[in-house]
Amino acid sequence: MAKGMKGSKMYDVVKVGTEALRGEIIRLEGDEAVIQVYEDTTGLTLGEAVENTETPLSVELGPGLLASIYDGVQRPLPVLLKLSGDFIGRGITAPGLDREKKWEFVPVAKNGDMLGPGDVIGTVKEFQFEHRVLVPPKVSGKVTGIRAGSFTVEEIVCVLDNKIQLPMMQSWPVRIPRPHVKKLDPLLPLITGQRVFDCMFPVTKGGTAMIPGGFGTGKTVSEQTLAKWSDTQIVVYIGCGERGNEMTDVLEEFPELVDPRTKLPLIERTILIANTSNMPVAAREASIYTGITIAEYFRDMGYDVALLADSTSRWGEALREVSGRLEEMPGEEGYPAYLATRLSAFYERAGRVICLGAGERNGSITVVGAVSPPGGDFSEPITQNTLRVVGTFWALDTNLAYRRHFPSVNWIKSYSLYLDCISEWYDKNIARDWRELREKAMYLLQKEVELQEIVQLVGPDALPDSEKAILDVTRMIREDFLQQSAYSDTDSFCPIEKQYLMLKVIMTYYEQANLAMNRGVSLRQVQVLPLKATIGRMKDAGETDEVRKMIDEVTASISGLEVEK
Amino acid sequence: MKDTSLLTKEYRTIDYVSGPLIFVNGVLGASYGEIVKITLKDGEVRTGQVLDISEEHAVVQVFEGTRGIDLVGTTARFIGEPARINVSKDMLGRIFTGVGTARDGGPDIIPEAMLDIAGTPINPSARDKPADFIQTGMSAIDGLNTLVRGQKLPIFSGSGLPASKLAAQIARQAKVRGEGEEFAVVFVAMGITHKEASFFMQDFERTGALDRVVFFMNLADDPTVERLAAPRCGLTVAEFLAFTHNLHVLVILTDMINYCEALREISTAREEVPGRRGYPGYMYTDLASIYERAGRLKGKTGSITQIPILTMPDDDITHPVPDLTGYITEGQIVLSRDIFRRGGDPPVDALPCLSRLMNLGIGPGKTREDHRGVADQLYASYAYGRDLRRLVAIVGEEALTDLDRKYLKFADGFERQFITQGDDDRSIETTLAIAWDLFATLPVDELKRIKREHIKKYHPAAQEAAGDAPEKTAGS
Repeated sequence: MAKGMKGSKMYDVVKVGTEALRGEIIRLEGDEAVIQVYEDTTGLTLGEAVENTETPLSVELGPGLLASIYDGVQRPLPVLLKLSGDFIGRGITAPGLDREKKWEFVPVAKNGDMLGPGDVIGTVKEFQFEHRVLVPPKVSGKVTGIRAGSFTVEEIVCVLDNKIQLPMMQSWPVRIPRPHVKKLDPLLPLITGQRVFDCMFPVTKGGTAMIPGGFGTGKTVSEQTLAKWSDTQIVVYIGCGERGNEMTDVLEEFPELVDPRTKLPLIERTILIANTSNMPVAAREASIYTGITIAEYFRDMGYDVALLADSTSRWGEALREVSGRLEEMPGEEGYPAYLATRLSAFYERAGRVICLGAGERNGSITVVGAVSPPGGDFSEPITQNTLRVVGTFWALDTNLAYRRHFPSVNWIKSYSLYLDCISEWYDKNIARDWRELREKAMYLLQKEVELQEIVQLVGPDALPDSEKAILDVTRMIREDFLQQSAYSDTDSFCPIEKQYLMLKVIMTYYEQANLAMNRGVSLRQVQVLPLKATIGRMKDAGETDEVRKMIDEVTASISGLEVEK
Repeated sequence: MKDTSLLTKEYRTIDYVSGPLIFVNGVLGASYGEIVKITLKDGEVRTGQVLDISEEHAVVQVFEGTRGIDLVGTTARFIGEPARINVSKDMLGRIFTGVGTARDGGPDIIPEAMLDIAGTPINPSARDKPADFIQTGMSAIDGLNTLVRGQKLPIFSGSGLPASKLAAQIARQAKVRGEGEEFAVVFVAMGITHKEASFFMQDFERTGALDRVVFFMNLADDPTVERLAAPRCGLTVAEFLAFTHNLHVLVILTDMINYCEALREISTAREEVPGRRGYPGYMYTDLASIYERAGRLKGKTGSITQIPILTMPDDDITHPVPDLTGYITEGQIVLSRDIFRRGGDPPVDALPCLSRLMNLGIGPGKTREDHRGVADQLYASYAYGRDLRRLVAIVGEEALTDLDRKYLKFADGFERQFITQGDDDRSIETTLAIAWDLFATLPVDELKRIKREHIKKYHPAAQEAAGDAPEKTAGS
């Protein structure tokens, strides 16, 4: 923190001292400015020179973003590695986009076209991805020159009649949302290939979700699975104040993994922002904004983007740390009083929108934020404030994690507000009775909790057969449906149709067992059938049809039972 | 780096002393984190570090404590450099104080380099993925929560539980199989008693490992502020040994709770806004700056593996220190008083334990193909058995079904045979064999977490049926 300047604007980026450490103005008072520096300030003395760059913290947007890894203020880490070795030195700057690399630019607009904000000038092929180069917001005019060929991001590709020259690159201040025409209701589900998410607590494209959980409950694994299997064109993964080895894991694993839908390496649709816990706090605060601005840029091209932030608690703590240093009046648990405002402003940048520009493109950003509540206590401010703004709540449970039930989503506490929005899509694309099956399964799981309480008091033998059957079925739902290993070769991604059929098999088992018991068949007879093992192996079934056949198998073998004399 | 002036100034303007902090008035050109030499009236020289500078004051924390400092005769000299430590390979086998001066009576080391103890963060894209399985010889760790090179895996203990014994055993037995690479141990003692420190010392001596160990000793009666520097000195040496001399370094930090207490003490003296339980709000970042200094680098053969030990106050895992630690480290090994009373040795409570990097270190070619499935199955079955124990306490064992009684026996067997091992050094095959013997007490249909082909291959019953006797290894 340094002081002493006049005529500066809030959130201007400044360079501090002889090492030119980058920082941002966060408070103005008379001719004094308080600056938060994005790097370690050891060695700074009083009276060091401060240079104002007069621009707010911005990110560079253009071809070359995909498959890169940045720190919280968009410095590309591989470039830093070359500049300063294995450890990150101080005062190094590097542009976010590679200035040397040439991209093949294919114009779409023609001479004489009137272009407005958000219109497509041309396209660039980045891996297999069609990167649309757009007219930046607030710019418009008639095209007087446009050229095809190989250019770097800074070279001018298009000239407008009002002398505005457009390169492929543009920059945008991270704290201001990029404009769009209109927000739409989220009606399409985000398919993640995870049964407990897709079938039980779905989130929509353009929706928001939070994953709170104590340590070791699998937040990071859940975020990574979502990053791997979500059906979006672009994934932005923010490692905010988390472990260095985890980021390495993502970096090493993603190039090898293949998107199940497009068969392309996952890294080619991913942008990583890594600000590990030992990197400077101020840059951690910025990393969330850097991430969402990049996400918005791709949204504006008309793509679906998933933004995964792990973890927003670390971001909140960064706010708290800065606020504490500013000696602001603390709110709950030392967090600043504006925590809720900042959180909701961030989550509201998600959504499905009509993008600026001609041709009515739709794009969406889905935000999934992990939250790490201290002591696993969900009543703390970050969890509670996030809860108010998100649509889906995936509560991770320490006890489930202890018994290696993963994903450890607690089915009683979690909820999704999007069920009604997406029913139509499920009806059309999966099956009409999906909602009904889900409700029934949820009812049984709720019932199980009550029954377990009774069992705790009087022992399992005291229950009637019909209730014992419920316990059998809920155990199947829990173990054979909800549990899904992120590390399994066959089961880490489960197609939505198979998900539905698996649930159908289990619910058929329950219905048939009930019917059989009404006929007078004892529960024990149903239990000794080898069906449990069959159902237990459903996960590993490679073909969806195999599961489909099981429905008949279950029906046939239970309805075939004779009443014992 | 900035040029440092050769001119150093001495200040006689100390005008306020509070706890371990002194406030020096009117200091020009002092920089944040700079080292200060403080000369007392009687000529004694102490060392401090600048914590905060404003126009009027420089706040200096004094490593050796402020006893005897007065406002008139004491002088402070700002030397214009951040805290550094002399490092050398010759440090192996030596004992140092928390700030890196020799405390074993030996001569000062001849430095190969002088490094800033605060270190700088490792660039995430320079990190190499930890992947080498470390066989600790402990079933509870190898079988269930495998440790890999470059990991940070803390031991959460309670007062009176034998965490030191476990740590010493790990340090003694840990090896990467099929390799004879050089290793070293950096042992950082923070605020522990002389008795605990000498336990480790004797253990290393007994096993002949003493000359591979660098000790940093800040015992319970040593100055608090030194405690904050001790782990940083230790890790700076570890980084030097690992990435300059290509050694595999195991860093044992004990006891982190004392470190955090020291942090709180300083924070309070600086009159900062306290966070949970009086610990400062930046404790997460501060702890991360220690724990994150583990790992491997691309293109370097050395590695740093950390085993911090921390005592949970009142066995409370939600206390801020274990809580924040758990959020930073890659898993945890938790000791439980309950298991200890039942005779578990080591008293590891398997359920809350976790190793996040386990999957990177196990599987075919590293341990064995069935490892993942076996570990998951052990967890699931043991967790169910533990639930039943509670149930039995209410309704009695008679009310259980046959199957449930088997699970109950399984849970007991798990604690007595699998977790408990005393001083044995078990190979991973022995560990897995014990697990399979336990599975043999359950019906095969219950083993849902293990792949069918693995059951066929490794299940004792299946092996007998196939005609070859199950592998019986020592300890099973």
